[in-house]
Amino acid sequence: MRTFAYLSADDVATAVQAISTEPGAKFLGGGTNLVDLMREGVEHPDTVIDITRLPLTGVEELPDGGVRIGALVRNSDLAGDRLIRGRYPMLSQALLTGASAQLRNMATVGGNVLQRTRCAYFYDGTAACNKREPGAGCDAIGGFNRNHAILGTSEDCIATHPSDMCVALAALDAVVEVESVRGKRRIPLVDFHLLPGGTPQVETALEADELITAVELPPSPLAATSRYRKVRDRASYAFALVSVAAALEVADGTVTGVRLALGGVAAKPWRAYEAERVLLGAPATEESFRLAAEAELAPAVGRSQNEFKIELAKRAVVATLRQLLTEGGAA
Amino acid sequence: MTSVGTPVPRVDGLLKATGTARYTADIPFEDLTHAVLLQATIARGRIASIDASAAEAAPGVLLVLTHLNAPRLPRMRAFAKGGSAQQTVPALQDDRVRFAGETVAFVVAESQEQARYAAMLISVEYDEEPPAVGLHGDAYPPAKVNGQPPDYRRGDAERALADAAVTVERTYRTPVHHHNPIEPPVTIASWDDDGGLTVHEAAQGGVHMMRLGFAEALGIPRRKAGSIRVVSKFLGGGFGGKGFMWPRNILPAVAARLLGRPVKLELTRAQMYTSGGYRSETVQRLRLGADRDGRLGSIVHESTSTGSDMGEFPEPCAQITQMLYACPNVTGTHRLVRQNVGVPTFTRAPGEGPGSFALESALDELAGELSLDPLELRLRNYAETDPEHDRPWSSKGLRECYSEGAERFGWSARNPEPGSMRDGRWLVGYGMATAAYSSHTWPTFARVRIRADGTAVVRCATTDIGTGTYTVMAQVAADALGVRPGDVTFEAGDTRYPFAFPPVSSSGARSIGPAVRAAALAVRTRVARLAVKDRESPLFGADAATVRAIGGGRLARADDPERYDTFVDVLERAGLGHVEERKGYGVMPFLHSTASGIAPWPVGPLLRVATRPFAGRYSTYDFGAQFVEVRVDPDLGVVRVSRVVGVYDIGRVLNPRTARNQAVGGITWGIGMALMERTTTHPRLGKYTSPNLSGYLLPTNADVPDIDVHFLDRPDPLVNPLGVKGVGELPVVGVAAAIANAVHHATGKRVRSLPIGPAELLG
Ligand SMILES: Cc1cc2nc3c(=O)[nH]c(=O)nc-3n(C[C@H](O)[C@H](O)[C@H](O)COP(=O)(O)OP(=O)(O)OC[C@H]3O[C@@H](n4cnc5c(N)ncnc54)[C@H](O)[C@@H]3O)c2cc1C
Ligand code: SF4
Repeated sequence: MRTFAYLSADDVATAVQAISTEPGAKFLGGGTNLVDLMREGVEHPDTVIDITRLPLTGVEELPDGGVRIGALVRNSDLAGDRLIRGRYPMLSQALLTGASAQLRNMATVGGNVLQRTRCAYFYDGTAACNKREPGAGCDAIGGFNRNHAILGTSEDCIATHPSDMCVALAALDAVVEVESVRGKRRIPLVDFHLLPGGTPQVETALEADELITAVELPPSPLAATSRYRKVRDRASYAFALVSVAAALEVADGTVTGVRLALGGVAAKPWRAYEAERVLLGAPATEESFRLAAEAELAPAVGRSQNEFKIELAKRAVVATLRQLLTEGGAA
Repeated sequence: MTSVGTPVPRVDGLLKATGTARYTADIPFEDLTHAVLLQATIARGRIASIDASAAEAAPGVLLVLTHLNAPRLPRMRAFAKGGSAQQTVPALQDDRVRFAGETVAFVVAESQEQARYAAMLISVEYDEEPPAVGLHGDAYPPAKVNGQPPDYRRGDAERALADAAVTVERTYRTPVHHHNPIEPPVTIASWDDDGGLTVHEAAQGGVHMMRLGFAEALGIPRRKAGSIRVVSKFLGGGFGGKGFMWPRNILPAVAARLLGRPVKLELTRAQMYTSGGYRSETVQRLRLGADRDGRLGSIVHESTSTGSDMGEFPEPCAQITQMLYACPNVTGTHRLVRQNVGVPTFTRAPGEGPGSFALESALDELAGELSLDPLELRLRNYAETDPEHDRPWSSKGLRECYSEGAERFGWSARNPEPGSMRDGRWLVGYGMATAAYSSHTWPTFARVRIRADGTAVVRCATTDIGTGTYTVMAQVAADALGVRPGDVTFEAGDTRYPFAFPPVSSSGARSIGPAVRAAALAVRTRVARLAVKDRESPLFGADAATVRAIGGGRLARADDPERYDTFVDVLERAGLGHVEERKGYGVMPFLHSTASGIAPWPVGPLLRVATRPFAGRYSTYDFGAQFVEVRVDPDLGVVRVSRVVGVYDIGRVLNPRTARNQAVGGITWGIGMALMERTTTHPRLGKYTSPNLSGYLLPTNADVPDIDVHFLDRPDPLVNPLGVKGVGELPVVGVAAAIANAVHHATGKRVRSLPIGPAELLG
């Protein structure tokens, strides 16, 4: 590990001021991702700005019935929050399937949004990785890529965004609020993460000097009947092979509302607009679910080891929708 | 009032639970320096240049060793040839890179952080060559497999196959496994002014064997090996990964000698994947031939595993096939394919682990072909005697393990039709397999001392690798002495104590236990002899040989238990601070007379003596039956083990609590092996892709269901006077096959390549 300077900020103004004058600086949330990456030599900020004392730890109800989540709310606190559990159960579930209890106790909302891929070659400083070193090549293509992306990939990078929380946020039309010395901006979560294209090193719409201050969830009656389902190689404490966040509303056997997003399949939490389009107004049947899943995954591309994820993703979509139909949302 | 057989809690439980047990890394040392390894990032080639000047100039750096300046080190004698090493090629001797992760530099600094930083500053240029990856190349026979020839033949298996009414021919695969103990390996080496070396090690390999290894590596003549002390008090698991001498053990001692200061090396988790061996991947071809009643006429088991330029360890997969079933014609072969990887080594049930996956899966497939219950198929081929050596078993309760296990599990409720059993949407499957393991009796000495206060201390150089040796051996000594286990302290893990072979191959209880018992009985008899000659003793004039221990540190006349003396009184009247005796077990008579228990005995001869079939008239194995229920999500191919019943014949159970702990741990390994454990290698680069616990999945609590463990608890008096066999690795054996068999029963899908997951079940 290299030496670096450590600063701590007590208010947002100080934090954004500090980063604007320290181009090589990084914010430190729970540190569960950043510190690992620094240890592995993947990230080497000159300065680390500790933001855990910022007063951004509230989960508040908004006048319109939505919810505003401070960027420094810990993942476990958010999962257990009464508002979230009641109105957006898929988000609570998604958080609880992530990492381990100890990690969730440390991890913050802002850090979770910005966590980086778990591609093994990204972590291995001796491997070729375009994301770490643009132009170096991609050892995952043709290498160990069992957990890699099947949608929105490029020949430069096939990494996934590993967050569970963000999959639910994508389905819930969440908006990320960011702030810098230039002021505030609001970025819809579905536009926040970027597909790799020819620049896999550019992962988000966030500028280097911007701080995430909050995530807002619009009101969604639909979301009260929602679920998050994660398929993984062991029962707990593993990243998703594929995950599904879904909310479903059915009237007279017809789908009248649906929100669907997939995790573990792309460099961003994958909002399944195409599947939603197929489903809306369709009969709420297993057949429709399958058609919707097929439509969403039609452009999917498998690599040497992850071909199975295409079928797995389809089945996970169908299974989650079926469960919503027959058993309702999660308690 | 005997302690053996009762669930005495671990004596080190509180220490470990409160974090006060002092593991090797916790030992404070004055003037300590810290080392880190720099490892090769390519799997094959040459170091074209290595520049350590920036590292040498970095703050706190004391020494940087590379192949350019490292002292010359000898090739190590292989374990299989009586030595202590699996990797025989020493580190830092030339510019060749033979596997990714080979040590290319060793950096010592005042602090670990400084050493790590300096290592980053070393620039290495490689001339890369394409590495050999995977089991694709030419196969060749190893010299030996576990001391046996690579090929085994009984009858004519090929001909019997051709004649068989029913045959099954399948290929099974298992991936690379890593030991992954929770505690990273640590070595602290320090030389004293007289040229003596003390090494604190997390040493599953046994302190005496390591002492010999250090002597060999450092050019210290064997007769002077007594100047080397190796200490290992607590181990956070080993599972084969902390046995033997590897370069990581040797380099700290080399550097400490150059620096004149103690050097500590603690591996990172990633380095654990390349610095202490692993279990080779295997490809196993199984051919079974049977008659229509399911009687096996032929088995051919051909196993291929990884060979290395650095040493040789064939995974002995086919050996279990040679003894498990009554089959007249059996061929077992072992082959290696050279790869650019480190040397494999013993890993949790070596051979039997992956070997039983292949054999017991194939048997299940045969049962399917015959429409026969898998358990019935095993009973029809029950080996009443050892078919390999053609002699009786010392004990074999396998039939009872089957019946007890089937009863507890509810095997009779199994609908033989695959896919026929459900619980809601979940598909339910039942599977079973046989377990057998050849635990050994290794030569072991113990010294028991009775002190003036009536308490006792037992010393033996074995190491407690986390299995409960400290507790169980106190129980054994307590019973032999006639005191409470709380009055006995068992001290281990120090070459100053009497010789013990490494506690490998589930041998701890059955090797150490009899030695401890023998020494305890001997010292008790010594006290009795003092008493019967003492006019003031109630035992005066009695025959010392008939004096009995009646508990509480009392010795009584055989004819009159009311007339007794105590250890405390006898020693006090005799004016003795203590009395002690040393005894050996599993030791050939000539060693008894010469071995001081401190002398550095060559491991090889001892090994040969010990592995010679005990008494030669019986075969001894641990046996068991594994029954597993799985639930498979038909949509997603997710497998969850929902129930396990394991019934084991391990001879006498010394402590049901520690024994159960071993069994639950073993079964958990089996679950890991079946469903998630795998080290992946980049197919072209030959490097491990996820050397960490996020990439290498081990079962979490959520993956481990309620496990019902039952021991027959039947002493085997032919094995040793305590009647104990071995427990550690047996419960791993067969679990992966039982799970694969259950998955087949649940889904109709046969997976022959581990681990089993959604990719395998959806495809
Ligand atoms: C072993 C392991 C298993 C895991 N398993 C899972 C899993 O199954 N599912 C899952 O979803 N996640 C998993 N995670 C990832 C975990 O969720 C993330 O590490 C965590 O959410 C990151 O949050 P943090 O606050 O610790 O971020 P940090 O490590 O502090 O920061 C991460 C990044 O975000 C930046 N940052 C942090 N806060 C802000 C802010 N407010 N504004 C701007 N930039 C900011 C930092 O500069 C840094 O670049 C796992 C992690 C580990 C180590
Ligand atoms: S997939 Fe992306 S992150 Fe992984 S090696 Fe390729 S470029 Fe790097």
